[in-house]
Amino acid sequence: MRSHPVPIRMKLKESDITPEVLFRQRRRILQMAALAPCLAWHGSAAAKAADFANGEEPNSYEDITRYNNFYEFGTDKSDPAKHAHRLTTAPWTVTVDGQCDAGGQFDLDQLLKRVTLEERIYRLRCVEAWSMVVPWQGFELGSLLKTFQPRSSAKYVAFETAVRPAEMPGLKYSSIDWPYREGLRMDEAMHSLTLLATGLYGKPMPKQNGAPLRLVVPWKYGFKSIKSIVRIHFSETRPATTWNMLQPREYGFYANVNPQVDHPRWSQARERRIGEWFKRDTLMFNGYAEQVAGLYRGMDLRKEY
Amino acid sequence: MTASTRSPRLRLAVFILCALPVAAAVYWAASGQLGANPVETLLHHTGLWALRLLLLTLAMTPLQRRLARPWPVHIRRQLGLWCFFYALVHFSLFAVFDLELRLDLLGEELLERPYITVGFSALCLLLPLALTSTRGWQRRLGRGWKKLHRLVYPAAALACLHFLWKTKVDEPEAAAYAMILALLLILRLPVWRRPDH
Repeated sequence: MRSHPVPIRMKLKESDITPEVLFRQRRRILQMAALAPCLAWHGSAAAKAADFANGEEPNSYEDITRYNNFYEFGTDKSDPAKHAHRLTTAPWTVTVDGQCDAGGQFDLDQLLKRVTLEERIYRLRCVEAWSMVVPWQGFELGSLLKTFQPRSSAKYVAFETAVRPAEMPGLKYSSIDWPYREGLRMDEAMHSLTLLATGLYGKPMPKQNGAPLRLVVPWKYGFKSIKSIVRIHFSETRPATTWNMLQPREYGFYANVNPQVDHPRWSQARERRIGEWFKRDTLMFNGYAEQVAGLYRGMDLRKEY
Repeated sequence: MTASTRSPRLRLAVFILCALPVAAAVYWAASGQLGANPVETLLHHTGLWALRLLLLTLAMTPLQRRLARPWPVHIRRQLGLWCFFYALVHFSLFAVFDLELRLDLLGEELLERPYITVGFSALCLLLPLALTSTRGWQRRLGRGWKKLHRLVYPAAALACLHFLWKTKVDEPEAAAYAMILALLLILRLPVWRRPDH
């Protein structure tokens, strides 16, 4: 970490700021349900954002795009905003392989034709005990995975982030065994809450947030939501995942948000919402227990952390 | 001449330099530059300066020997007190914003989080050193004063450990401070002393 995490003042044009303001206004209006039909003519994706965060106000675009963990661009949270502009995101190729019948190398634009984009507001809880509310746009991961025709032998899906030494200054400073790897059990991957995101706040995904394609698994700690994905691999066996490889005692494969299971070095019972001074209680499965607790029935979550 | 009247200009310069991190934090707060997570920014800033000043304090004795000039020792006490000030602010921020001044939470953290235990121990070791830093106490304690103030060594080791244990992945900065401390301790071995001293 650098000593003075002073954010650089970014020059924002008026046109850059407006969508967020509009977004907030629309949301407020939307909360008055009676008015919703009158808004249809707006036609903007932001106006249709589905709220999966209990009406909590999303964090500002500025906070979401300047406070990031993306070690390929440096370990300080201000590093990705400073360095990620170097990442080339077009063209973008995703390799799909392993236990599936319709894998191959695909241009991202090709893949996006197979899905319907929607807006969803999710809570994001980092393993470091801070959290945000983010209005993503993306699509259900499962809807895309099905098009690759996974075989019944596919029990897990593994993901890899791009490795571009010329564009990612963080690669040389860390002891992480690149590429960054993550994975989900097949039923987790197919769950309707699991998104592949292509943007936020109605704009294309900022590079520091994992452009052009990133995972969003809202009931798991943020490090599971792998950024800038270049490979999707269907696997029979549980794939190795980056933080688990580094410190298996501290970061499990599942990494479900769980206030009752502490990180060995710090408590997970509470979290600091970005924008707030004091901490608030962390919710089981980050508040998505109703939807996902069934996936883990019968498992000892203290052992399978 | 007493220590407080020696090197007055240097001591004033040290005062101003040591107050700069406070000024920087106030400036960032006033201009909205504390970032998305101001508590984390301030915790990191104050902790880092406490550790830096602790190591700087420990560097004064070897520096004085090396230069064969008295001035490093004239500013040593002030550096040590500034270190304690930053450590105290660091802990206070944690106690207020993370623990909301709840003693039950503090107890839990002290028992269950080694890096908190270690950091808090370092602060506890520094407290008697800050309290007995006056000339009055130095006189009253006599030979015992020097012995007591050797607590600065375990305090520095614990502070480095606190930083190392806190970080998520191998942190080059935390390791660098631990290495500087090791170097400062090695410099204290008698083999380095010149025979005429």
